[in-house]
Amino acid sequence: MTTVAARPPAQKAARRKRTSSGGGIGRYILIRFTLIFPTIFILVSMVFWLMRATGDPITAALGGRLGPEQLAERIHAAGYDRPILVQYFEYLGNIFTGNFGTTISTNKPVTEVLLTYGVATAELVFYALIVAFIVGIPLGLVAAYWRDKAPDAFLRIFAILCYATPVFFSALLFKLVFSVWLKVLPVAGRASTGSELQMQFLPGKTGIYTIDALQTGDPQILLDVVSHAVLPALALGLLTAGVFLRLVRTNVIGTLGADYVDSGRSRGVSEYRLVTKHAYRPALIPIITVIGLQIALLLSGAVLTETVFEWKGLGFELAQFLTARDFVAVQGIVALLAVIVALSNFVVDIIAALIDPRVRY
Amino acid sequence: MTGSGMTDTEMIATSTATGSNKHGLWSRLPVVHQLRQSVGLQRGMLVVGLVITGLFILTAILAPLVSPFGYSQLRDASGAFGAQKPPGGSHLLGTTVGGYDVLSRVIWGAQTALIVIVIAVILSIFAGVMLGLVSGYFGGWLDRVFVVVFDAVYAFPSLLLAIVMSIVISGGRSNLIGGVLAAAISITTVFIPQYFRVIRAETVRIKAEAYVESARVLGASNARIMFRHVLRNATRTLPLIFTLNASEAILTLAGLGFLGFGIEPSAAAEWGYDLNKAVSDVSSGIWWTALFPGLAIVLAVLGMTLVGESLNDLADPRLRGRRSVAKASGLVAETSVVPGGTLKDEFEVPQ
Amino acid sequence: MSDVLTITDLGISFSTDAGAVRAVDGVSLRVAPGEVLAIVGESGSGKTVTAKTILGLLPETATASGVVLLSSKDGSSEHDVLSIGKRKLRQVRGTDVSMVFQEPSTALNPVYTVGWQIAEGIQAHGQFSRKEARAKAIEILGRVGIPDPETRVNYFPHQFSGGQKQRVVIAMALVLDPGLIVADEPTTALDVTVQAEILDLLRRCRDEFGTAIVLITHNMGVVADLADRVAVMYQGKVVEEADAQTLFSSPQNDYTKRLLAAVPHVGQGIAHAAVRAEAREPAWLELPPVVVADNLTIEYPGRFGRAGFTAVDGVSFVIRPGEVLGLVGESGSGKTTTGRAIAGLTRVTGGSLTVLGHEMHGFKEREFKKLRSDIGFVFQDPASSFNPLLTIAECVAEPLVVHGRAANPAGARTRVNELLEAVQLPRAYGDRYPHELSGGQRQRASLARALALEPSLLIADEPTSALDVSVQARVLELFAELQAEFGFAALFISHDLAVVDILADRIAVLYKGKLVEEGTGAEVLGAPKDPYTQRLLASLPVPDPAEQADRREKLRRLRAAG
Repeated sequence: MTTVAARPPAQKAARRKRTSSGGGIGRYILIRFTLIFPTIFILVSMVFWLMRATGDPITAALGGRLGPEQLAERIHAAGYDRPILVQYFEYLGNIFTGNFGTTISTNKPVTEVLLTYGVATAELVFYALIVAFIVGIPLGLVAAYWRDKAPDAFLRIFAILCYATPVFFSALLFKLVFSVWLKVLPVAGRASTGSELQMQFLPGKTGIYTIDALQTGDPQILLDVVSHAVLPALALGLLTAGVFLRLVRTNVIGTLGADYVDSGRSRGVSEYRLVTKHAYRPALIPIITVIGLQIALLLSGAVLTETVFEWKGLGFELAQFLTARDFVAVQGIVALLAVIVALSNFVVDIIAALIDPRVRY
Repeated sequence: MTGSGMTDTEMIATSTATGSNKHGLWSRLPVVHQLRQSVGLQRGMLVVGLVITGLFILTAILAPLVSPFGYSQLRDASGAFGAQKPPGGSHLLGTTVGGYDVLSRVIWGAQTALIVIVIAVILSIFAGVMLGLVSGYFGGWLDRVFVVVFDAVYAFPSLLLAIVMSIVISGGRSNLIGGVLAAAISITTVFIPQYFRVIRAETVRIKAEAYVESARVLGASNARIMFRHVLRNATRTLPLIFTLNASEAILTLAGLGFLGFGIEPSAAAEWGYDLNKAVSDVSSGIWWTALFPGLAIVLAVLGMTLVGESLNDLADPRLRGRRSVAKASGLVAETSVVPGGTLKDEFEVPQ
Repeated sequence: MSDVLTITDLGISFSTDAGAVRAVDGVSLRVAPGEVLAIVGESGSGKTVTAKTILGLLPETATASGVVLLSSKDGSSEHDVLSIGKRKLRQVRGTDVSMVFQEPSTALNPVYTVGWQIAEGIQAHGQFSRKEARAKAIEILGRVGIPDPETRVNYFPHQFSGGQKQRVVIAMALVLDPGLIVADEPTTALDVTVQAEILDLLRRCRDEFGTAIVLITHNMGVVADLADRVAVMYQGKVVEEADAQTLFSSPQNDYTKRLLAAVPHVGQGIAHAAVRAEAREPAWLELPPVVVADNLTIEYPGRFGRAGFTAVDGVSFVIRPGEVLGLVGESGSGKTTTGRAIAGLTRVTGGSLTVLGHEMHGFKEREFKKLRSDIGFVFQDPASSFNPLLTIAECVAEPLVVHGRAANPAGARTRVNELLEAVQLPRAYGDRYPHELSGGQRQRASLARALALEPSLLIADEPTSALDVSVQARVLELFAELQAEFGFAALFISHDLAVVDILADRIAVLYKGKLVEEGTGAEVLGAPKDPYTQRLLASLPVPDPAEQADRREKLRRLRAAG
């Protein structure tokens, strides 16, 4: 999902673009939009059939704790004794109307779980992306420019280390060093209990702590929220930064070898401009397409990061539900993430297309 | 003039080309060839990667010999090990909260990781390569369906997919063989789309090459074209994908273990599981239970990624570094044809 | 006035996988103001490397020695490109010397407007505001013949045609009025009719701007058209230098003589074709033709419901046994598609195409398969025409094995050896891998493979266009010999009228998918009737400066008329 991915998506992007060139951006968006539905359909169907292959969720969750009669009763009540195809179509229909089921362990609609915890994950992913962009892209340009020289060697090792370190291990290390030994940053959570209480009763509560903290107008709370976010964002962000760095480096080295860079050079354009304008901009198109695929990596990473830092987001909840064997909740969360992935890939492809004048006109 | 049949330029091209043939079969082997070809930083990366990977594989194979204790051993002749003992004494890297010897679990963990990688990569190579080859070669509606399905799966968070698969296979509960197989098959599911995409893209590219068209003009059967001409050329990049995926397999396995889908400590040692158990240790300042399994993962992944990255660079002429010429080589003897076509002096075909 | 460029004892080495290679060796050249110096040579002669050195554009793997002295247009300053610092070099580029690249579609950055790219070059040299730069960009685009420059300045490169892109590239090179332009194969990527226009534009650069030009090319016709003086390079050395008139009328060096002799001339094959026609019996005309195309139409389907593209549009022709039909056309004319349809590689969508008595419209592979042993195909690109993992002998044996004439490649070896000898390759080459052969050798082996089953029809798709002129001459010669020996009918596809003329009994000219003219070489080349054929013929530069000047005039009149 990282290194190997760099090539095929670029090809895919090129292929898609060729097919639509000359048709204008409107047509491209339309075609790309219609492709979302089969993707979502395939993913949610896959999740359904796979999860159901293990048997019904009630038995999985409560199998050891209830007697056979009680179990059968619960199964019947939830409708899991009906033909599987009926259940499948009901499930598809429910998803179409935005109903992802009700959890067994906490008896809440999955949609509610998603709304409550989704914002927390979104906040974490947003911070991580900022770290990834700030670190990955400029360093990638530096590495490409100093190709095969000392800075490049250093940065490549850095990128590989970022990738080779599992996000939960770097998270643990950060926690050990900054929270336990140096005691400069909080150990876990999204905010300290005091701050959470204050934000709890805000009239315009968003669930996005940074915004809520700003609303309280208390710099102390804002500082508290931000300091809680630093380590999770770093852990998840660095993982992605390594991928971005490598991606930018490879693609910019590719475009630096293009004739138009030599052409610019032959007109006296400075090396700095050649890297930041001539090589970077065309390289951006494949870069953005691959970044779209990193959303999957980020979400995988978010599950692990949230678990380490007890960041109460979707990933953290998912891990809880997994431990509780609540597969209705798992199925709902996974299906929703599938929808998010499909939608965000769509958005990213459109952005890539907008940058490319060959598609735009 | 027709007698000789060759012009001077052709003769020279031949003489330089045959020069590269002298190294023989040994240097044509995948990794050895690249090792010879590499220079400077790229060679350094490749060598370091090979050494680390070699150490990892050796440790995995020799685990029963080098490990001081068994992976599930809690006591020896002198009594129970005790929980959370700091490094030193008879436990070089300390003991875990469950009272296992950290060093032993780290060493045995290498074995588990290797087994899972091998099974996962072999399974996914077979499935992915065959599907990619057939789909790319024949095209048509089946190809489109495959592409949409695998693109969808590819875009999906791999860890979540692995979780779902492992629930399907083992219901989330695991013993040794079940756990290892569950992990391996889950990882396989994640990788099949990757192999499929790479091999399919290569197949589609090679299908348009003149030598495949030439075979079609001859009337060679599809099976002959696929296996004699396409397959072997399409799978040239496999060593590269293999190393990169192997490193990802370790990460996925560790991620599964960390989320509690690992193999029970009594069944086998697994780094991700040990890290999971170390989360609470870290908060109380106990560092050795997390640090060493974590470092083991980092090293194993690092080694394979270094090999993979270097192979990737060497496979791509744009990224391949070359020896720089010494000033003195301005006086090198008569060789005026540039072998390998590295200079863009040939004129393009006006098509 | 002093020279704009003086190169003294230039030597350049490259490091490659096979060790250090000397690409340029002891080259000394000079260019006077407003002069066109052509550096001509084949691949590996070091001409492009020399050109890049003038702008200091050598890659890091290269080391250079000697002096490359560059003067500004007014003669006020002089710099040695090899020794000045980076900052100074940047100042010199664009103002004193600039470059025109071979492939206009890659020399322009696809994601910026052409106006932005031209203005950037201007602003890189200080003195101009954004507005002034834009005004200058519009002005220069107008001067190189881009219509409506005020609007076009905001266009992206992909919105221009190939020829217009090259005009834009030339505009970029001219905008700061440098004393010298280095043009590296400026017309090689273009069709011959467009090539003539770009050559005219370059001539205007010299005449109107007083710019000196270093013209790098392999095409002797281009040299004859534009150059004042010529330097011939071979294996990194300048082997001959003379003014254009002298070089073409009385070449001194052996290599130059051979090179000139290898250049195909239009009209060369007319006598040859006439002899062949004489030798045929009258009954020949009655024989069933090998290929009959009747109103042949090939359409590529459009994607997502968009209209398709008609590559071949109602084309009719026949190829009789033992006859060579030359198919000529520029890019996009449908010539390759036609060849592929005959070989069953592309589906026919309309009309009728009969190959060896078999209807190809709606054909089934299984029924056609047995006829395939009677068809040979030679592909354009020698680099990809062989499976890189098989030896040449295995590749050549492939048709024998597929059609059951041999059980395995080893069993076919005797026949393979005969074939290799027939195409004048040593037997031992059978044990080599394709990458160990040069382009010309590979095309020979490709011929051997195509002829393995002694087919009655051979399709050759631009078999020599990737080869150097001297190698091309030998391969064409071989082709003619083999055709005489084996007597196969052939469809010979090429973009080059002169090449087709050498081999073809009859010539068919394709233009935008339609067949515009067909006849013997004498008819088509001697007295072309169709205006397109006339233009195509007049656009083809000939390796003789005096004759080329006449042809240029003729082309000008043709253009004015049509």
